[in-house]
Formats: sequence, C-alpha cells, structure tokens
Amino acid sequence: MAEVTEEKMKWGMAIDLDVCTGCNACVTACAMENNIPFTGEDESGYGRGLHWIRIQRYWHGDYPEIKPDYSPMLCQQCGNAPCEPVCPVFAAVHSEEEQINLQVYNRCIGTRYCANNCPYLSRVFNWFDYEIPEPMAYYLNPSVTVRRRGVMEKCTFCVQRIHAGQEQAKAEGRPVQDGDIVPACAQACPTDAIIFGDLSDPQSRVSQMARSQRSFRQLEELGTEPRVIYLKGGGQYGG
Amino acid sequence: MAAEVKPYQRVYKQSEAEEEDPRQHLMLDPRPREEMNHMVMEAMTTTSRRYWIIVGALAVAVAVLLFGAWGNMIFTGMGMAGIRRPVFWGVFIVTFVFWIGISHAGTFVSAILRVFKAEFRRPFTRAAELMTTFGLAAGALYPLIHLGRVWVFYWMIPYPNSRWLWPNFRSALVWDFLAITTYLLSSTIYLYLPLIPDVAMARDRSTGWRHTLYKLLALGFRGTEAEWTRIRKAINIFAFAIIPVMFSVHTIVSWDFASTKVVGWQSTIFGPYFIIGAILSGVSAVITILFVLRYTLKNMDYFIREEHFDALGLLVLIFSMAWAYFFYNEYLLHWYGGGTVLKQLLTLHASGPSAWVWYLMLACNVAVPWLTLWNKKLRRTPWAIFIVSILINVGMYAERYTIIPLTLGHQRFPFDWGEYTPRLTEISIALGTLCLFVLLYLLASRLIPLIPVWEVQEGQESHRLRKVGKTQVPSVSELE
Repeated sequence: MAEVTEEKMKWGMAIDLDVCTGCNACVTACAMENNIPFTGEDESGYGRGLHWIRIQRYWHGDYPEIKPDYSPMLCQQCGNAPCEPVCPVFAAVHSEEEQINLQVYNRCIGTRYCANNCPYLSRVFNWFDYEIPEPMAYYLNPSVTVRRRGVMEKCTFCVQRIHAGQEQAKAEGRPVQDGDIVPACAQACPTDAIIFGDLSDPQSRVSQMARSQRSFRQLEELGTEPRVIYLKGGGQYGG
Repeated sequence: MAAEVKPYQRVYKQSEAEEEDPRQHLMLDPRPREEMNHMVMEAMTTTSRRYWIIVGALAVAVAVLLFGAWGNMIFTGMGMAGIRRPVFWGVFIVTFVFWIGISHAGTFVSAILRVFKAEFRRPFTRAAELMTTFGLAAGALYPLIHLGRVWVFYWMIPYPNSRWLWPNFRSALVWDFLAITTYLLSSTIYLYLPLIPDVAMARDRSTGWRHTLYKLLALGFRGTEAEWTRIRKAINIFAFAIIPVMFSVHTIVSWDFASTKVVGWQSTIFGPYFIIGAILSGVSAVITILFVLRYTLKNMDYFIREEHFDALGLLVLIFSMAWAYFFYNEYLLHWYGGGTVLKQLLTLHASGPSAWVWYLMLACNVAVPWLTLWNKKLRRTPWAIFIVSILINVGMYAERYTIIPLTLGHQRFPFDWGEYTPRLTEISIALGTLCLFVLLYLLASRLIPLIPVWEVQEGQESHRLRKVGKTQVPSVSELE
C-alpha cells in the first residue's frame, strides 16, 4: 500500500464578484454548517448578527441608473493576520497544519481586541448565550462546537470539512484532489462564484483563478496577505 | 513735563498695589507645629451626619450601579452594553482611559513637582497621590469589566499553569496589564512613604482604634535623624523612579490603540498625546478635588489657598496648549500622509451624527481654558476655576470617546459603518466607578492625614522673609 505523505496545503478561496448575485445562499449555508445561532431581527439589525460571511452591497451610479455591487466578506485567513498578535491569551492563532487562522473558543476571554484589529471586520462576538429551541436544535452540526457567551468566533474555512476530506482521501489511499473539499458557502453558491482549493497547487481551480487578470485581494496594501482572492472585471474582461 | 511725571506716578502706584501681603502664601504664613498638627487631626476626626449620609449613599450606589450592573452583565452577557459589531470597544474602554489619565495627576504633582522643587506642591501632594491610587483602583476594574468571560481573567497573568501556555507577550493588552499593575504597586508605595511621618504624628495624638491603626502604619517611626535621612532617601529614589513608570503607563495605554491597524489609531504620536491629555485631565481633577476639600474638610482654607489654585491653573493652561498642539499635529500629519479612509474618518468626526462630541471636546479642552485661565483673578477665584476644571475633564472624556467608539464606527468598509449608543448598563457602571472613587476618597479623608503636615512644616522652615533695605524679600534655603 502506498504511503500517503501529507504535504502541507495552502488553502485558499476565490470569489468571482462578476457572477455573484448577492443571493445570500452562502450566508445561510454557513449558518447551518457552523451552528451559528439566530440572534433575532432587532439584535441583528443593531449589528449583532453572528454571520461568519456576509454580503456587502454597494450601489453604483446615479439614480435611476443604479446598479448593486455585491461583495461577500468573510475571514480572509490572512497569512499575516492582524488579529493574532493582539490576543493576550493566544486564542487567535495560526494553525501550522492547515495554515489558516483559527479561533480557540476555549481560550478566548473576550477582550474583543482581535475584532477591532481586523481590517475586514469579519469577526463576530457572542454577546449573549443564544438559545436554539428544541426542533431547531436537530440541525446542529455535530462536527462543530457550539460557542458560549463572551467568546469571539469567525470563519474557519469549514476546517471540519477540510479534515473530513483529508481523512477520506487517506482512507482511500490517495492524495487530496482538487474539488474534494468544498466549504458550505462554496457548496451552496448557485452561480459557482466561490471556489475553494489548494493555492500551492498551480493546477487547482483556485490557483488558476488567482492568476486571472481580474483577481485582486481586499486591502492588500495592509500587508495582511489574505488567502481569499476576489475577481472583478468591471465588465472589461468579459466578466 | 507733567506728562513725564504721570507715568512715573502710575508705575509707583502699581508697584505699591502689587506689593502683596506675603502672609497670603502658605509657606510664609507659618503656624506653630503643634497647632498645625492639631488642625490636621481635627480635619481627619471630625465627621458630621451629612458625611455619613453621603458615605452611605455612595456605598449603596457602588453596590447597585457598579457591582449590581456588572454582576447582571456577567450573568447575562456583554450584550447588555451597547457595543456592537464595528464598535467593539465603547464606554468601558473610554472610562478606563479616563481613570488612568486621572491617575497621572498624583505622580505628576507629587513626583515631578517634588523633583523640580516646586514649592507650591507641598500642601496637596497627598491629595494628588490619593487620586492616583484611587483613580487606578477605579480604572483597573475596566480591563476586567470589559472582558466577555471575566471569570477566566487570570489567563492574562503569566504563571506556570495547567494549560501550558504563557500570555501572548506580543499583545498590547498584556503590556497594559503589566504596566498598570506596576504603576498601582509603585504609586501605592509612593503614597505610603511620605505618609509615615504623618501617621506617626497621628499615632501620638490619637486613642482607641485609630491609635492601633496608626501604630501599625507608622512602622515605629519616631522622628530620629537616622529615620528622617532614610525616609527622605527612599522618597527621593521613588520620586525619580516613578516618573518613567508614569510616562510608560499611559504610553502603553496608548499603544493599545496605536499598535493596531485601525484607521485613526495607528499613529506614532499617540504616546505623548495621551500623556499630555492624561496630565491635563489629572491636574484639572486635582483642582476639582482641592476645591471640594477646601469647602468640606475642616481647617483646609489655611492649607489650600488661592495661590495653589493659581499655580495649578497655570499648569492646566500650559497643558491645554500642549494638548492642542498634539491634536493639531495629529490632523496635520494625517492631512499630509493619510489616505481616503482617514480623511473620511476625520471629516465624520467633525460633521457626522456624533460631531457634537468632537465640538464639545474642542470647546472644553481649548476654548474654555484659553479664554479663562489667562486671567489671574479668575485663577484665584476657587469656584470659577472649579467649574473650568470640571469642564476640562468633560472635554477629556469627549476626547477619549472620539478616539474610541467614534473612530471604530467608521473603518475601511462603508457597508459596515455603525453608530454606537451607550446603554444603561454601561452608563451605570461608569457612574458606579465614579461613586467608588469618591467613596474611597471620602473614607480615606477621615482615615489618613490628607495634608502632608511634615512637608508643609519643612517648607515653612526653609522659607524666610528677609529684610533687604526697607523691603522684605522671601527666600528659600535648602534643607537637605
């Protein structure tokens, strides 16, 4: 039996803004996958929704010719993450294995410093203990922990799915292939705007998209080295 | 020819009018030592019914407003406060910075003015040092209050633990934690050292539980030459050593902000800017406290005089100008080098929905002191300078409010901009710590001599009016 050597993979995501319709399916899927509680209309409206991904909507043009512009915003899994050095208790850490930025809920003491320092504002805080009533409790995903009040949380690139995919591949005695691992948001996207994969593999779909002329990274000038690549042509590159 | 005589006359008259009574200076108005000791003892032991009613009311206020609201927030969740997604830090951190700022007064007045031998400091060094200790006590609660999970706050303390984890020394919050602990410890020792001769004095003049307490606190101080030499040496060492600690503490508090990527926080001048602001608010708070002491404690109008308000008023005016310089400097540098986000942010500070906070800050920190404190007559009117000192602290609170929630609310993505309104829990906790500060101060005012008698006496001994020809010239001699 061939020994599968586990090479470190550099997970990344590409989001094609030219095909994003702003349908919020990724937001819903993420909430289902990651046991994100509902905070209610009022709290959510006040800015306390716990979504790990959200659709930023901007309007372009002058009335009446205005066009919406959607931009899904999630944790950029920065290579040089501003949230990590500010945490006094090492709750925001970089995982060596997956090379993504993780939040250790059990270590978090809730200073919210990481959230202030995140230029993408992609971190959310558990302001209360949120109750998940009985029939809805059945949808909870057993692979993801539920969080209590007073801790910070954020997108994990569906790290549980990454692990499941790797274990599956290992069981089958083959390396992880492009497309094996799909986070909930990418799976739910009806227009296939979100692509997930290994950035260290030049043949992967996400790497090819990253090399596109249309690609850019959010707030790249800050030196955060985001792992999420956005594509936007503004209608100039056939997008 | 007559026209030439006239100005001469006027000058003559003016100099006559300016020849003030030297007795209005505390240092040149000595009283017998025993009488002065008695005055301080009387101020300390006299309690009225009104005093106890106020103490009781404050104790209830601390229990309900501070610990009640905080307890409720611990059991319910941070959501009781008004903070929300873009504005993760609100009134708690604002009040924290405010109290740490207030706590700079004691060290500034006591250590820096002692090192520079500013004689006017003598009667109120203790009052200012107490502000340091109690301001820190009130402020140091906030790093705990603002934690989402306060029950595990000790994870920030470096100690060998079962988690096999040290705190993250790269985090400014850990520096903050260590700096504040250092400052609290050293300022408490620095409060205690000059207190020893005074409690020894009180020990010899009291009976009952007070005698026992002072006996303990005085550590057997008898006033021998050797003891004086040692205590002077210790105070001197601490006076010099605590100055860099004071500067470092507020610099580190400013690094909580300056070392981040937040637009409007990431600034190299935050360290000195915060220190100047802290001293401005701290010295103003000393004026506030001195006014209250003068009118509530017995015999205080002998010790705290118009000359002290005058001198402190000048200090406040100078620091207000320095603060304005830094404020302007911040804008200047941002205008030159800042990007669009910063420009938008600064515009929103001055024209956004919460712009009144920004204008309040400028009015109270710049307009009020500049328009009033140049006037010697006003500086020597206690109630007037009292009002000015309160306004300056309102302005400094507004400054911190502008820096923290108003800056966090408008970061790089306009989609996520958000306004923040403080909620009842936060306001109640902030008021609760104010009550805690006043309560601690009230209790201390009846427990320890608020006037460093020995320092006043030492000053009076070194000041003399010498006759030079027909005039009397005040002169100071070095005792040490």
